[in-house]
This record gives sequence, C-alpha cells and structure tokens, in this order.
Amino acid sequence: MVNRIVTGAHFGLRDWLIQRVTAVVMALYLLVIAGLLLWQRSFGYDIWIDLFSGNIMRTFSLLFLLSVFYHVWIGMRDIVMDYVKPAGIRLLIHVLVILALLLYTIWSAQILWGL
Amino acid sequence: MISKPRPKHLDLIRIKLPLPGFVSILHRASGALLFLALPLLLAAFDQSLRSIETYTSLTEYLAHPLAKIFVLGMTWALLHHFCAGLRYLALDLHLLHGLAGARTSSKWVLAVSLLLTVVVGVKLW
Repeated sequence: MVNRIVTGAHFGLRDWLIQRVTAVVMALYLLVIAGLLLWQRSFGYDIWIDLFSGNIMRTFSLLFLLSVFYHVWIGMRDIVMDYVKPAGIRLLIHVLVILALLLYTIWSAQILWGL
Repeated sequence: MISKPRPKHLDLIRIKLPLPGFVSILHRASGALLFLALPLLLAAFDQSLRSIETYTSLTEYLAHPLAKIFVLGMTWALLHHFCAGLRYLALDLHLLHGLAGARTSSKWVLAVSLLLTVVVGVKLW
C-alpha cells in the first residue's frame, strides 16, 4: 500500500494538455501550408508573399508560432529537468529559454505584420 | 514489490534502448535541435517575406551546399518530430495496442520520416 501525498503546483496535467493542443495546431498548420505549396504549379516570391498577406493566414501563422514557442517551453523544460542536475545551471537555462521565446514572440509579430 | 534484482544500465553508453525508446530519444533530440535552430529559421522566414531583394539573396544563400545540408537536417528533425508526435497522440487516444503496436508504429515513424527526408533531399539537389 502506497500512501502517496500529492504535492506541488498541479501544473502537470495543464502542461500535458497544452503540449498536445499546441501539437495539433502545429500539425494542422504544417499540413495546410504543405498542401497549399504542393497545390501551386510554380513557385516564386509573389506566390510566397501572397500566401502570408491575408489576415486569416497571418493570424493562423502567428497562432502556429505561438504554439511552437509554448510547446518548446514545455519540451525544453522537461529535457532540462531530466538531464541538468545543478539548480543554478538549470535555472540559468530556464531563464535563457524563456527570454529567447519571449523575444521570438515579438519578432514573429514583426515579421508577419511587416514592420 | 519487486524482489528480483534487475540489471540497471542507466549509463548512456551501455544502455540499449528498445525501438520505441530510440524513437523517443530522437523525438527529444530533434525537438532540441529545432529549438536551437529557431533564430536561424525565423531569420530565414523574415528574409523570405521582407522584400524581393531579401528573398532573392536568401535563395542564393540556400543554394550553398552547407545551407542545403542544414535544410536537410532541419527537414529530418521536423519530420521525425512530427511523425513521432502523431504517434504519441495516437497512443494517448488508445489507437495503438500493446507491445506490437508500439514497435510497429515506431518502425513507421522512422521509415516515413527518413523516406520523406530523402524525397526532400532529391528535390534539393
């Protein structure tokens, strides 16, 4: 008989779910993009820019990138928790990953809305 | 309670992973690789959309053999991560059963991602 005392912040299930929801968003986006590109007879800058000029596609693309970044946070955190034992280095890597992902988020908005 | 002592080989050099474990560690490795490449991938995406000039210079950069190897490596990482990820979603939905299902689907993940990487490689060269 195991008397398990459940402690912690209970973020396990939420992260598990977010990892999968973001995965489905990314998979759908990649399939749509791959489908649209394979549909084209020729390929060039005009077709490429056309693809991302509509508001729906821009929004879908930002949703995709935000999903990537959230997914990356969960994945990298899991990897670091498993392999990096010293608390200081672990904290440092976590902080660097978070900062990088926040910057990528700003960058993504700039790319898609052409600043 | 397990009374029988089992051999533990948690030494990364000595450990021999079963096929699903191999797919799993590659899922991690490919994910980490894609994360590390994110700044380059975002920069390339930025260049491709900014203007016709930056688009053209990007295509010139990508014509370099080293760039092609990078693109091919990223293609494999993405395809493996994608296929292995779909496998996990299928496992979550109880679509794959038992050890046989786990092994067969692992083979499919490795085969499909490698095959599609080869197709992209042929397209690139």
